[in-house]
Amino acid sequence: MNQKLRAPIAFLFMGLLLLSVGVGQSWSVSLGIINLCLISAIMSLGVNIQWGYAGLFNAGIMGFVAIGGVSAVLISHEPVNEAWASGGFGILISLSFIIAAYCLILFIRKNLNSIFLRKFFILLISVLTLFIILYFYRPAVSSIESINPAKTGFLGGLGLPIIYSWLVGGLIAGVIAYFIGKITLGLRSDYLAIATLGISEIIIAILKHEDWLSRGVKNVTGLSRPVPYEVDLQQADWFVDLVIWINSGKISSILDSSDQTILINQLIIDSSGIFVKLCYASLFTIVLLIILAFSNRALNSPWGRMMRAIRDNEDAASAIGKNIVKQHLQVFIIGSAVVGIAGAMLTTLDGQFTPGSYQPLRFTFIVWIMVIVGGSGNNLGSIFGGFFVWFMWIEAEPLSIFIVQFLTNGLDYDNVIRLHLIKSAPHLRLFLMGLILLLTMRFMPQGVIPETIKRK
Amino acid sequence: MEYIDIINALVLLSNFVLLPAITYGSQLALAALGVTLIYAVLRFSNFAHGDLMSFGTMVTILITWWLQSVGITGGVMPTALIALPFGILITALLCILIDQGVYKFYRKQKSVPVVFMIVSVGVMFTLNALVRFIIGPDDRRFFDGEKFIIKATEFKNLTGLDEGLAIKSTQVITIIVAIITMIILFWFLQKSKTGKSMRAFSNNEDLALLSGINPDRVVMYTWIIVGALATIAGVLYGLDKSFKPYTYFSLVLPMFAAAIIGGVGNPLGAIVGGYIIGFSEVMLTYAYKKFLIYILPTSIEPSGLMQFLSTDYKFAISFIILVIVLIFRPTGIFKGKTL
Repeated sequence: MNQKLRAPIAFLFMGLLLLSVGVGQSWSVSLGIINLCLISAIMSLGVNIQWGYAGLFNAGIMGFVAIGGVSAVLISHEPVNEAWASGGFGILISLSFIIAAYCLILFIRKNLNSIFLRKFFILLISVLTLFIILYFYRPAVSSIESINPAKTGFLGGLGLPIIYSWLVGGLIAGVIAYFIGKITLGLRSDYLAIATLGISEIIIAILKHEDWLSRGVKNVTGLSRPVPYEVDLQQADWFVDLVIWINSGKISSILDSSDQTILINQLIIDSSGIFVKLCYASLFTIVLLIILAFSNRALNSPWGRMMRAIRDNEDAASAIGKNIVKQHLQVFIIGSAVVGIAGAMLTTLDGQFTPGSYQPLRFTFIVWIMVIVGGSGNNLGSIFGGFFVWFMWIEAEPLSIFIVQFLTNGLDYDNVIRLHLIKSAPHLRLFLMGLILLLTMRFMPQGVIPETIKRK
Repeated sequence: MEYIDIINALVLLSNFVLLPAITYGSQLALAALGVTLIYAVLRFSNFAHGDLMSFGTMVTILITWWLQSVGITGGVMPTALIALPFGILITALLCILIDQGVYKFYRKQKSVPVVFMIVSVGVMFTLNALVRFIIGPDDRRFFDGEKFIIKATEFKNLTGLDEGLAIKSTQVITIIVAIITMIILFWFLQKSKTGKSMRAFSNNEDLALLSGINPDRVVMYTWIIVGALATIAGVLYGLDKSFKPYTYFSLVLPMFAAAIIGGVGNPLGAIVGGYIIGFSEVMLTYAYKKFLIYILPTSIEPSGLMQFLSTDYKFAISFIILVIVLIFRPTGIFKGKTL
């Protein structure tokens, strides 16, 4: 097939799939899928920056998604003043000690020449800081967590509009990626994957168990929204008028006035849900387009060419004077920041932060499948991969139940095997994901929309 | 301080630290041996190993159920031990099947290790789904037979000590089976002709090919051994704790940690690494308060729990060790030695 036609055909196909869900199931379901597709697309753009541009295998995507998620909490939740009053000081002291110790260690590393002395002092400072921190930190934590634990029990956030967290989530993810990258990027590809996988699990463990920061497994629910609430919409006159105007044909066809009111109420409830999802979809689309524009610009710039050169031949790139370590760190930070933005958006959409729901299968490996299926190195490909794989992930469940029901039609209604198969059918979506990945790797290793390199 | 206190303290420590750590360490060591063999011969990190373990365990559980239904049990021993050889057989067959269907293609193409790794993620997904589809995602216990060799109260009555030592039969079975498996594996690698050709292949592929070693045969034997190790490790873990597909999937990181700490590709390293991870997980989260009360004079008795890390972080310990080892000594303890 013509290379140029691949992208339009792929997206046309994707649009048809989403349309068919809208017509076949409901527009609300279709829009729900689209919203998560948009977020997935941003995640896979972030991973594509790391893997497609620079060849870095980061298996810690889940960690950055969660960092984005927690920053949504930290930005939008109302501050818990009592908690700040009782334990905020201890936490701030501990934090400043960590920063001071880090600076001191950096200073020693730069200015002490003897390796033995350097190691000795670094160890000494680390141990001392640990003890000082434990002295301030433990009491602070227990006092924070004891304040109204059923409702808050944590420091809360800044009480700002949640939409700021998209930017802040990216920034925090970038900063943490700097430290992670500093320590892991010297590793070989498979060790890098394992190390980042481990680090992402550590991040999740911290978010799950440091209740003062994120409420841990007690979850934070009821986060504020950047879009109107359905209840408010249903009360608003302009919205009611809009719904009546759009559906005027349908309404006027019913003559009985009480039936008419019931229909109008039903229409208003349905459309308020759809309206909210449309608001989210447009916000997400704006973010996606901005990131796509930047990514494309970066990929086609001298920087992008240098990145590809490093990916394809590190030795040659380093021989012509490119600093491999520095560039890898840079691209690692940028990609992780994009994933962090997507993580904050996901928490915004859910309206809640649940550390227990972050699992590597869902948040690391599925995103990888998106990038590889879409086409590593191609931004449009990653977006397509995000849409397609997320769509399959959602629709595989009804599909596999349907298939199993079809296959077991001959069996009795309460046949043990049939009941077991129908109960287990949802797990087939993992099988489908694995199959999609294996087939892509085998027959289309470049992905659906392969990387295109402009040559003059 | 009396000597009886010291004995009490030691019994306490063996009951809550030593025995669980050796048991968990043995299970991890067997699992890490599988990872390391794949790495040594096929040269990639197999993300699907945890799910291979869960597949092997699932097959063994199904056969155990069947055996129980026709009235065959192991008596005081768990029935799963009778089912284990059949589980190994089927898992080894699956391994060969996967290799022929999936990995062989990339081997012929001489793909880079990262491609193998991505492909193993695909295999991980399919195996994971298969296990969940067949047996379901729930927690399952399939242990039968005598649960304890000696109970804590029996031990107290027998010795007259304040502390009891409970020895679970699964702990003893794990340790014995693990030792036997390791001895057989090392004998095979060192003495048998196939084992020697595997070592040669791992050491220098080109030279091995030149001296007439059949690579397909080496790869096939590796997969059979890996399937066997995965099944044994999975069944022992499931007998001792319980079988849940998600837990087995998340065992992949402690397993990698064990393999990497010892030096990936080195069987002895995998075993040592397994025990290091096992011991550190148990030792770092154990509350030493009672132990210290026994051995310290009353005047300086501790007030807190005397715990290094809260049990919340039990799973995270292996990841932390893994990251530390990767940063400071990525080649592991036994540097530069392969099979």
